[in-house]
Amino acid sequence: MLAELPRAIGGRAPDVFSPGGWVKMREYGLDEEVDFLIVGTGAGGGTLAARLAELGFSVVALDAGPYFRPLDEFASDETEQSKLYWQDRRICTGKDPLQMGGKNSGKAVGGSMVHFAMVSLRFRPEWFKSRTQLGYGADWPLDWREMWQYYRQAELALSISGPVSYPWGPKRPRYPYRAHEINAAGRWLARGAEALGMKWAETPLATVSAPRGKSPPCVYRGFCRFGCSTNAKQSALTVWIPRALAAGAEIRDLAMAGRIEVNEADRVTGVHFHRQDAWHFQRARNVVVAGYAVETPRLLLNSANARHPHGLANSSGLVGKYFMTQSNQAVFGRMEDEVRWYKGPPSLTLTEHWNYEDRKDFFGGYCWMAQGPLPIEWAFIQTGARGLWGEALRQDMMNYNHQVGLKMVGETLPNKNNAVTLADERDQYGLRIPRITFSWGENDHRLIAHAIGQMTQSLEAIGAEEIFPQWEDANHLAGTARMGFTAETSVVTADCRSWDIPNLWVCDGSVFPTTGGVNPSLTIQAIALRTADRIKTMAQNGEL
Amino acid sequence: MAERFPGYDVLSKRAGLSWNDVTRRAVDLRLAVPREPRFFTMAEWAVLERVCSRILPQPAGRPPVPIAALIDAKMLTYGETGTRIEPMPWDGEAWKLALAALDGQADSVHHRGFATLDDEAADALLGAMQRGEPSGPAWARVPPALFFAKRLLPDITEAYYGHPTAWSEIGFGGPASPRGYVRMDTNRHDPWEAEEAKGDNIAKARRHNRYVG
Repeated sequence: MLAELPRAIGGRAPDVFSPGGWVKMREYGLDEEVDFLIVGTGAGGGTLAARLAELGFSVVALDAGPYFRPLDEFASDETEQSKLYWQDRRICTGKDPLQMGGKNSGKAVGGSMVHFAMVSLRFRPEWFKSRTQLGYGADWPLDWREMWQYYRQAELALSISGPVSYPWGPKRPRYPYRAHEINAAGRWLARGAEALGMKWAETPLATVSAPRGKSPPCVYRGFCRFGCSTNAKQSALTVWIPRALAAGAEIRDLAMAGRIEVNEADRVTGVHFHRQDAWHFQRARNVVVAGYAVETPRLLLNSANARHPHGLANSSGLVGKYFMTQSNQAVFGRMEDEVRWYKGPPSLTLTEHWNYEDRKDFFGGYCWMAQGPLPIEWAFIQTGARGLWGEALRQDMMNYNHQVGLKMVGETLPNKNNAVTLADERDQYGLRIPRITFSWGENDHRLIAHAIGQMTQSLEAIGAEEIFPQWEDANHLAGTARMGFTAETSVVTADCRSWDIPNLWVCDGSVFPTTGGVNPSLTIQAIALRTADRIKTMAQNGEL
Repeated sequence: MAERFPGYDVLSKRAGLSWNDVTRRAVDLRLAVPREPRFFTMAEWAVLERVCSRILPQPAGRPPVPIAALIDAKMLTYGETGTRIEPMPWDGEAWKLALAALDGQADSVHHRGFATLDDEAADALLGAMQRGEPSGPAWARVPPALFFAKRLLPDITEAYYGHPTAWSEIGFGGPASPRGYVRMDTNRHDPWEAEEAKGDNIAKARRHNRYVG
């Protein structure tokens, strides 16, 4: 497709904070056995690369995507910015085949954080023990009190803008930066929540409300989910990767990992990767897979060999299994007033009411947030949810500036039958492509129906007209390399370390045993921060 | 029906503070898309153009958005990649199969090609496709309802609502970097946003919109 040349090469990497600029980068030889070779530079890999390098380890991080400079390469344009998505071949199947290659994917240095909606929420504490405390899903081998400290670390690192006091969950310090001004779409969410007797809050967001380092405050241009062209957004690209480089890590862009090599002693020795039209092999003492819930299991499965015929780290047979997404259904309506929801971050307010209220007839929770779809996405909603076309569609689209909407992020229960497997077809690198099987379960349907009912009530309460639900949508991914308590029931330990191969690690959303009812990025980063600390401890104890 | 945002042309901001160079380049390329098929054959193109003209009928009196040309360009670049929902083949091939199947449907019902059907007949066939009614070997790999919902509608609406003409039509502010916006509350807009024609303010809206820049 795009014939591009790597940029992070020759001792320098792109400076994301200046047009056409460069920063120094340390480089390692292919034969140099680096301490950690990380595959993927998003919320998991980017964060881990920074912390491991800062702790003194030698680190090389590969990313299959290009290394962008936001200031001169990010357009205010939905179509152009699809260059941020993972659009390699994938097959989707199941009763409810997912739509891939959009917001649930990322192929760029910084991963999908480059275009994430910046929503930075903590899990409800009980979700780490949802099996024993709430009766569904699986327990995490992590303690929420420990995670609470890592959440705080992540919030400080990203200078999260949020409310002085957050209305749900255990007490937490005020957010580092003041909350953003609320746009019209966010105000309507608040009024609807109040009418229903629910609390609401300004959404904690990873875009700065005041200057921070080289990041200017957000100018409310509204294209957040298509890449931030001003660098107000705090992401792996603008926070973790620069820190990783400064601490001596090497980033290799346009470097696609194809196979992890394992020796006779069942230790990984490095990774075969494709860059500049050729395959190379990087030696490493440890390999961390951080490619997210599709590419991570794909790489582990594609690395099968005679000693590991079913793929690496897969003695449990669970690599690729328990694939999850989050329900992302919505309700939309039309106001007499002008809303112009294209301005500002799309989700400036939220309610987590149903994450913390347990009197309901389904397992799991959900939140909902204000919305601001840009024209193409709005047209997809109109055609997808209402089947509109023809003059009816064109006329209805003219109400764009009067629309309001509420969109959920809901918990999907882990189901072993939802899975990432390998198809026989191959991609442009000659690697077998993933087949992604997904169907909603009975509980998922109940949770979604409940959410749509509640969101409809909220829009009715503010006097919205022509209210309609969007029954079909999904977003964040998880599962496929779950962490757990035993080698038989999980792929990695609490430290994100493979049970089977002790110098193989997984650090991204794949390790989630359950999804929770909030956006996952902050939890992924918190896990990466914890993993880095654990690795340091294990190294000191001679346990690596 | 009268314009909702009379006189508003989002392109009048092109040289201003709301557009950066990379946005200008991307939109310029889109506006300059070749108006003839490169991916589709002439026969497929004729059917595609007719489909587009019914899915998004465009008003007279302004240059039309070249929807078919934009889809052709997309298939040329991305037709063999991305997500494939089983049992459909990759996008480009799926489009070719579906256009042939639709043309065959027109032939069997009306004994003429889809491209020459009148509005009513074309809409009836498209409606049947949306409801998943056609069957037979021609539709085996492009189940009509699935293709209609997952390829036909998204590709056509993406081409149309990704074009500045459509942004002006719906009053979208368009590209917004580096300037962004200041007035975010209900019923507020910045001077560089479109004003909507309501009641008897059409002349005022037109005057405002002329100076958007």
